[in-house]
Amino acid sequence: MIDKVRQLVVDLLDSGRADAVLALANVHANVQPYLYKKGDSLDSLALWPKYSMGPILKSIQAAQPDMKLAVVARGCDDRALVELAKRGQIDLNNVQIIGLACTADEATECECANPYPANIDVGNKVDGVASTDLLAELKGKSYDDRLIFWKQAFDKCIKCYGCRNACPLCICEECILEDDSWVKAGEIPPPFPIFHLIRAYHLSDKCVECGECQNSCPMDIPLTSLYALIRNEFNELFDYIPGAEIDRKSPLVTSLEEDPIREETA
Amino acid sequence: MNCDFVLTTCPYCGCGCNFYLQVIDGKAVGVVPCKTHPVSKGTLCIKGWNAHQFVHDEKRLTKPLIKKSGRFEEVSWDEALDYTAKRMLEIKEKTGPDSFGFLSSAKCTNEENYLLMKLSRGVMGTNNVDHCARL
Ligand code: SF4
Ligand code: SF4
Ligand code: SF4
Repeated sequence: MIDKVRQLVVDLLDSGRADAVLALANVHANVQPYLYKKGDSLDSLALWPKYSMGPILKSIQAAQPDMKLAVVARGCDDRALVELAKRGQIDLNNVQIIGLACTADEATECECANPYPANIDVGNKVDGVASTDLLAELKGKSYDDRLIFWKQAFDKCIKCYGCRNACPLCICEECILEDDSWVKAGEIPPPFPIFHLIRAYHLSDKCVECGECQNSCPMDIPLTSLYALIRNEFNELFDYIPGAEIDRKSPLVTSLEEDPIREETA
Repeated sequence: MNCDFVLTTCPYCGCGCNFYLQVIDGKAVGVVPCKTHPVSKGTLCIKGWNAHQFVHDEKRLTKPLIKKSGRFEEVSWDEALDYTAKRMLEIKEKTGPDSFGFLSSAKCTNEENYLLMKLSRGVMGTNNVDHCARL
């Protein structure tokens, strides 16, 4: 698999179809994002653990908008790129996506429902993880018990903002979670449940299920399960999957004239 | 255009979390936690997440300062070091080694902290040595 990615990267750089390729590299036994240029050795190329490519691509485009870029993108990266492009954060016209399907082990590790990009260049499509034990358990609880569960989980929160910082779709220029009227500076844990519900609500039409929030949480709080519950409700209401269709805007930013709410059948 | 990821240890406390400073054309623009590092495993606290922010801060000192007639003045390293060594020896002579306290820092490397301990105990002759991580 990795040799095929190597070949695609070399071809893009040598032919001049890309000025640089954003991928991962293994440097001194650690894996990091890496911007490969023509002539670089690709011996160091790595595929796992994944890093979120969207925000890095965004910062590169901000510094040099006309650069012809390619990016090795897994399913979650692919969805994040689409959702970022829709929201004017990046320009995909100058970007070529090398789509990498995840292995079954990777999908299990991420508890990922859709472990493949829209167009697969490398790897084979495997089934995603449809639900998790925790999600099933939470759905089986009464609302009161769910509240107790989340209160206990979020009591551990050290307000590192890691979930927000790592999220490829947390894109507000001014974050309401830093506004003193909602979240007092210098106090932990942050106000429950509003701190976490603000993020969950803001991500209800953006979350691409990459899991970066939960991976970044030093307190092992099962964040993606909370977001999944809210996102699923949202999906049922509006029939909208973040990152799926490049031409369809989120129902939260379109006017209600489009009547996006699905008709209730009597 | 260059975009580099420079692996470094968080300067803020003694835990030793690692992250990459994202450097675009020589300027540190962000922090990416290192997922493969055995200590931090891709997580950081709020300080680590913001560790790129002070790097290019204009308020950082770039030259040594000595207070002369009540005002700080920029001086050369030679002048600063000569002055400090002279005053330290004078004070040690007059009031003894325990007039000194040496405060080291979690923002330094292990080796730098070791050297400060050597200076404190070996050169100045006092056990008054501590570090900011205990404050
Ligand atoms: S979240 Fe899904 S698509 Fe992304 S790396 Fe994990 S398995 Fe692959
Ligand atoms: S909320 Fe979490 S899972 Fe969803 S896009 Fe943001 S980081 Fe990824
Ligand atoms: S990453 Fe975890 S500890 Fe940090 S703010 Fe988010 S929920 Fe709280």
